[in-house]
Amino acid sequence: MNGGQEFNVTPGRVLQLAAGLAADGLAEALEPSPGLVARLSLQPGNWGRVAELAAQQGLRWSAVWGDHCPPQISIRAVLFGSDGHLLLETAVDEQRPELTSQSPFYPAAERPERTLHDMFGVQFSGHPDDRRWLRHQAWDENDFPLRRDFPRNGKRSTATTGDSSYPFPAVAGEGVYEIPVGPVHAGIIEPGHFRFQAVGETILRMEEHLGYVHKGIEKIAEGRDLAGLTRLAGRVSGDSSVAHSWAACQAAERALQVEPSSRALALRAILAERERIANHLGDMGAICNDVGFAFAQVQMSRLRELWQRQNLELFGHRLLMDRVVPGGVCCDLTPQQISTLQRAGDCLHRDIEELLPLLLEYPSLQDRLRTTGVLSPEDARRFGVTGYIGRASNLQDDLRRDAPYAPYDRLQVRVPAYLEGDVAKRLRVRGEEVLVSLELQQQLLHELPPGALRVACPPPGREVEGIGLIEGWRGEMLAYLRLDAESRVLRYFPRDPSWLSWPVLEVLLKNVIVPDFPVCNKSVNGSYSGHDL
Amino acid sequence: MNGWLLAIVQTGLLIAAAPFLAGWVKWVKCRLQSRQGPPPWQPYRDLHRLFGKEVVVAAVASPIFRSAPYLIFSVTALACSVVPLVAIGLPTTAIADVIVLVGFFALGRFFLALAGMDIGTSFGGMGASREMTIASLAEPAMLLGVFTLAMTVHSTNLASMISYLLENPFQLYPSFVFAAMGMVLVAVAETGRIPIDNPATHLELTMVHEAMILEYSGRHLALMEWAAMLKLMIYSVLLVNLFCPWGLVVDYTPPALLQGLLVVTVKVLLLGTILAFAETALAKMRLFRVPQYLALAFILCLLGILSHVILEVN
Repeated sequence: MNGGQEFNVTPGRVLQLAAGLAADGLAEALEPSPGLVARLSLQPGNWGRVAELAAQQGLRWSAVWGDHCPPQISIRAVLFGSDGHLLLETAVDEQRPELTSQSPFYPAAERPERTLHDMFGVQFSGHPDDRRWLRHQAWDENDFPLRRDFPRNGKRSTATTGDSSYPFPAVAGEGVYEIPVGPVHAGIIEPGHFRFQAVGETILRMEEHLGYVHKGIEKIAEGRDLAGLTRLAGRVSGDSSVAHSWAACQAAERALQVEPSSRALALRAILAERERIANHLGDMGAICNDVGFAFAQVQMSRLRELWQRQNLELFGHRLLMDRVVPGGVCCDLTPQQISTLQRAGDCLHRDIEELLPLLLEYPSLQDRLRTTGVLSPEDARRFGVTGYIGRASNLQDDLRRDAPYAPYDRLQVRVPAYLEGDVAKRLRVRGEEVLVSLELQQQLLHELPPGALRVACPPPGREVEGIGLIEGWRGEMLAYLRLDAESRVLRYFPRDPSWLSWPVLEVLLKNVIVPDFPVCNKSVNGSYSGHDL
Repeated sequence: MNGWLLAIVQTGLLIAAAPFLAGWVKWVKCRLQSRQGPPPWQPYRDLHRLFGKEVVVAAVASPIFRSAPYLIFSVTALACSVVPLVAIGLPTTAIADVIVLVGFFALGRFFLALAGMDIGTSFGGMGASREMTIASLAEPAMLLGVFTLAMTVHSTNLASMISYLLENPFQLYPSFVFAAMGMVLVAVAETGRIPIDNPATHLELTMVHEAMILEYSGRHLALMEWAAMLKLMIYSVLLVNLFCPWGLVVDYTPPALLQGLLVVTVKVLLLGTILAFAETALAKMRLFRVPQYLALAFILCLLGILSHVILEVN
């Protein structure tokens, strides 16, 4: 299928970098927590320098987040290498929270660092953009809502003023004009603002402004018990309910050193693959609909609907919300239900194998999708985008294969990947991923191991922390969790893959024509809710 | 006198039936996608609902914005009176020929584009610019197609063209085949159907016609929508009656008229069904492909003229 082309995963190796940094005295190695290959403690002054070295060695940047532990704000970042994940830690004083920026070396860090400034007041020196990102009009200039002294219910009771002062860079030149789109859109989608600067029909530049669905997820997680946290995690982004709650549970289980039974883990994987299939089916149809090809959308919607009805029938929820619980799952399959699922899986496999070649070869459709919205492999690497977007642009990182967690450590995961990086290839990757997921589901159902559905998660009796890393349908999903002695949440940070995919949408729109924006956007399909938190 | 009455009735019939054709195409499309779909008379309900709604007009709107719906609807309705639906040789068709018809459309489009730009939103401007781009390429092709027929008939009057075809025994004119193909392509572009424009889309950035009327509401929107349906109706009737005129009535007796009405209904609905099939089978074209598409229409019409000059002139 890959035609003998060479495909890339992230090339750098974490252990090599860690050894080098320790030898140079730039970092101090700590005992790695479960799920990580290495953990390094840095001085704040070396934060940017280490990112520079990591970028040179080809590590992929994954996430950064803060945690206010008065009188300090600790900052953590995760990088990914071909051997696994690296956690970087540092801490800054809450009175003078200053840090060197990683954005000059990792463009994906740009918005997360601006968010750190909005939420914690951390100043990044050397950051290319000093504008706010998620900062809300409900907060005063010196309010930093994720600091411990900010009340959980917010400070203001009156209506928030409209946000009309976000400084977009101005454009000048003959015939250059701006198109503001959103935050309210015509379709039933989430709110987000897009500012186009175009000449005629050609987009010169598009800039996103997000944050309209900021719900304060991180703040309201504080003080919750594990069950409450998992329910919340399942609602970070409704389309990634299983992946987010699995990531949160994995973080909790690693923190509490609890191992769910292999049956529970296999059931979680079945749920995750079903979520992936449902979303891929829906989005494949939606991509076709955005170029006016309604036939494909109707077919795909039909398949997705049948799939979700089966979710309701056998697992009790169409979107599989709240099926993953701390210590395991809360649903089981009888042998009869297993054979029902297997039959339905075979049936969908046949349907997709019939439909996919049609979509991929249909001239009128492919004419629209090929060479539209190209993300070059270099840009994909530079931004470290994961999931189907990365795979269509030759960056095929997949945690199920490259940093496997149970039960994927005993499965073979095939990762489809291409070089072109256009809408057509993103569609194709998703179609092939449906087939892979179906095969995985069949395999998991075939050898579903026995075991308890749920194991107890006793309180740790001391403060603990853990990181969950899951391959969601959009890509790499991260959850950080710090719990107190009674298992109450002190800090929860979910990093949706959308943080990595929204920035590349701006990149792949260069020289695309305005009417092709919707299909490019749909082929990327970032989550607004998962990003805005 | 009889002729005038018939002309008025015929025009009224065209205007009244236009929403049904639009609803029919939508219904067939839905059935083809194995959806239930709204019934073909749904557009009447929509128009009724819109006429009952409050009109919201932007504070910055000029009189052009307010008067454009009435202007566009009247111009399109006038165009309806020129088109022979059931009978030919009516007094209205004698006044205006096919060049006037194209002129009516151009006038309507002029005000539509002005109204689109009037409020100053970027979507309206974008739609107007796209519409004018498409029109500037479609109109020459349309005129060329019409001239192909006119050269055979030696008249630009629609009624004379049709009666010439009816009176002469059936004869295959190669020029007509080319002209018909070219005119079908033009009609699809002019009525804003897939693959040129998608009347069902909600994506503002991809719209052509819809982008210009985004700011309209209430009865203004109803008139704009109705005018668009009229345009689809006019083009359909024109295509079936020019290139397949059999069934049109020359003597105005009631049974003959009834039969003529039946025949034209079947023909138009059949054309609507073909349109629905085409719209289901095709994706929308990339905007920058539209000039190539219309160039093809132009070439076909040009070939029509050439083949007339080479093969048919004796």
